[in-house]
Amino acid sequence: MKDTLTPDTPVLHARGISKFFPGTIALDDVELRLMPGEVHALLGENGAGKSTLIKCLTGAYRRDAGTLLLDGREIDPVSTADSQRLGIGTVYQEVNLLPNLTVAENLFLGRQPTRAGFIMRRQMNAEARAVLAGYGLSLDPAEPLAAYSVAIQQVIAIARAVEMSGKVLILDEPTASLDHDEVQLLFDVVRQVKARGLAVVFITHFLDQVFAISDRATVLRNGRVVGECLLAEMTQRDVVTMMLGRHLEARTKARDTGAAGKTLVEIADLGKRGLIAPFSLNIREGEVVGLAGLLGSGRTETANLIFGAVQADQGRVMLRGQEIAIKTPRDAVAHRFALCPEDRKLDGIVGDLSVRDNIILALQARQGWMRPIPRAKVEEIAQTYVRALDIRLASLDMPIRLLSGGNQQKALLARWLATNPDLLILDEPTRGIDVGAHAEIVALIEQLRADGMALLVASSELEELVAYSTRVLVLRDRQQVRELVGDQITPDNIINAIAIEEVA
Amino acid sequence: MIRSTHLPLLITLATFVLAYALCASAYPAMLSLRVVANLLTDNAFLGIAAVGMTFVILSGGIDLSIGSVIAFTGVFLAVILRDTSLHPLAAFALVLLLTTGFGTVMGATIHYLEMPPFIVTLAGMFLARGAAYVLSTESVPITHEFYDTLQGLYWKIDGARFRLIGGLMVLTFIVGILVAHRTRFGQNVYALGGGEQAAKLMGVPVARTTIGIYAVSGGLAGLSGIVFSLYTSAGYSLATVGVELEAIAAVVIGGTLLTGGYGFVGGTLFGILIMGLIQTYIVFDGTLSSWWTKIVIGGLLFAFILLQKGLTWAAKKRAAQARMRTATGSAALS
Repeated sequence: MKDTLTPDTPVLHARGISKFFPGTIALDDVELRLMPGEVHALLGENGAGKSTLIKCLTGAYRRDAGTLLLDGREIDPVSTADSQRLGIGTVYQEVNLLPNLTVAENLFLGRQPTRAGFIMRRQMNAEARAVLAGYGLSLDPAEPLAAYSVAIQQVIAIARAVEMSGKVLILDEPTASLDHDEVQLLFDVVRQVKARGLAVVFITHFLDQVFAISDRATVLRNGRVVGECLLAEMTQRDVVTMMLGRHLEARTKARDTGAAGKTLVEIADLGKRGLIAPFSLNIREGEVVGLAGLLGSGRTETANLIFGAVQADQGRVMLRGQEIAIKTPRDAVAHRFALCPEDRKLDGIVGDLSVRDNIILALQARQGWMRPIPRAKVEEIAQTYVRALDIRLASLDMPIRLLSGGNQQKALLARWLATNPDLLILDEPTRGIDVGAHAEIVALIEQLRADGMALLVASSELEELVAYSTRVLVLRDRQQVRELVGDQITPDNIINAIAIEEVA
Repeated sequence: MIRSTHLPLLITLATFVLAYALCASAYPAMLSLRVVANLLTDNAFLGIAAVGMTFVILSGGIDLSIGSVIAFTGVFLAVILRDTSLHPLAAFALVLLLTTGFGTVMGATIHYLEMPPFIVTLAGMFLARGAAYVLSTESVPITHEFYDTLQGLYWKIDGARFRLIGGLMVLTFIVGILVAHRTRFGQNVYALGGGEQAAKLMGVPVARTTIGIYAVSGGLAGLSGIVFSLYTSAGYSLATVGVELEAIAAVVIGGTLLTGGYGFVGGTLFGILIMGLIQTYIVFDGTLSSWWTKIVIGGLLFAFILLQKGLTWAAKKRAAQARMRTATGSAALS
């Protein structure tokens, strides 16, 4: 085997790749060099251009500029099937195999051994068994794929990609739904693939996993390459700084910490296998608890778990000292919890309903559909919140999808404020809204806290978290790693906590 | 070796055996070979059409046009044989070409225009039925010596007559089973039913497969129409209304999942036989209204749909358990 850290010629060399979408430059003159027998991590925050780059490599998108060299020869894949034939295999986060076919059928779909047009099942099963044995799996290839766990299915997907393509293996967040042991199983397979001389691209939000398996990394930000580096020479802190793109200087502010009241919610060992490690958390009235962490670190999962959008499989929740069961969002609403979800277009607004109907939705749902809120009352509530939150609109009757992002976000907030919640959970309240609306939402959070509401806010904006949180919980790899209180809350401290090297 | 995916098929088989045992205990005469022979003859056209329907449903689609296509085929043959001197074999070839082409066009519409199969084949259903009316609104008798020859062909055992059309159905099933389970086309049909997006990413030729599936279904509806004209010696544009729904019922009772991806062509044969058996029982009984057939089939269908739901639920549970198992066993593997 060659020395993996002294580059010779790359297996795949992408040069000057650019991709434009209407109004945005998704990729700008990107270079990627994949060495044989090396795992190459592709890093960057959401929207940095990772998946666009991958799609340009696999032919799912047509690049607008640039060249792809595979083994020194120029290639121009027009479809994923085409790039597969050329030697570039891809394994996606969601296993893209067919659960209804057998393991062997999945491995050999499209290239089954045939004689006179008929598939030779026995030979196919025997070959499948041999191939999988090479990856350390001993299983019955005639069983349906669905009989095996996601981790095993991922390994089978890798085996298929390697057997079919055999030069470059792209792993697009393959570990997103695996737990710790399963990740180890997958990594063993990746190491074998690497030893066979393939170039592996590894995309993940888990920094520990990047450092555990990767040799080299390319960091993207806003569609540009920030840098290519050997990970052996880097710390997690360096990488996070590259990804976020700024050395955040310490900045503290005078903080009003006296107002916190009685404990409202006590959460003990709440967790769900494969989604988020058990965590404990107390939230008091008049307190804003911030959730910080990189994308995929478990912020949204934490919010969803508390709200019952995802059902926990362990732990308990106490409200004012009494244990409550939250199995569905309905239960949570009944206990006066409220959640503004991260993706307002997908999970929040009902685009074609009027602003008024959108605002009243949660309150009406809690009342039950049998007891409609009187028209005049609806009008009054909607008017009150439109004024209080300064939602700018032509009329309460206009469909909410016509509002700007910031105003939609405020209308969503109004929906939940109308239910007069005790605990308000906000997931990325300021994503995708302009600067002015941003400041208003931050001010509103402050105001609600001062009024004695308990808030839990997940955000990727560090300055914002620092501005309004009375406490910050830092998540990494779906675990709580740090709790910061009072003057400890600085952007620098949060970054340090996110990037902290694993001890032992 | 018995596998979990074979379970619906086994339940269909068990239902068939049980139903036959019940019938035979009430009317021992139903055990005779003659009844078996009639079962095959009477259900031949439905069985052939149901083979095509099995492919369509396995891929996650539906074909509502086949009843109309069968009627059209019958009328087309009757009119051609009445008005021209074309030999029936040539007419058969012509009509098969027509119906296969019809299926091809529907398949292409479904794929390229990204239309739901339900709508496209519903349009096909009206088109084919309308075309049959245009040819003739009357029932047209078929009198041709070649028809007499074909109808006279049978294989006699102990007084039971196994006729040509029953044999043709069995042959269609054998070919269907081989194509579904032993060819790349068949595997691609299952792949489409398992998930079109995944199938596409795995390099399945989605266009070719989709068009092929509806072409097969159209062609087999044509063959079914030929068999039906042999069975009735006539072509009538009002015939075989709702046969597509009976075919769907046979496919579901045969253990194929309506959502696609799971099932067996062989199961459909037993679905057909179970439905035929109920009809035979009612004939033997003599006092029951023939509408009881529909009621029993409705009940059976409902039971099988519940069963499918139950099996899907059990499979999900098993998968969850499998996850726990590998999680604890992965240390040994790595």
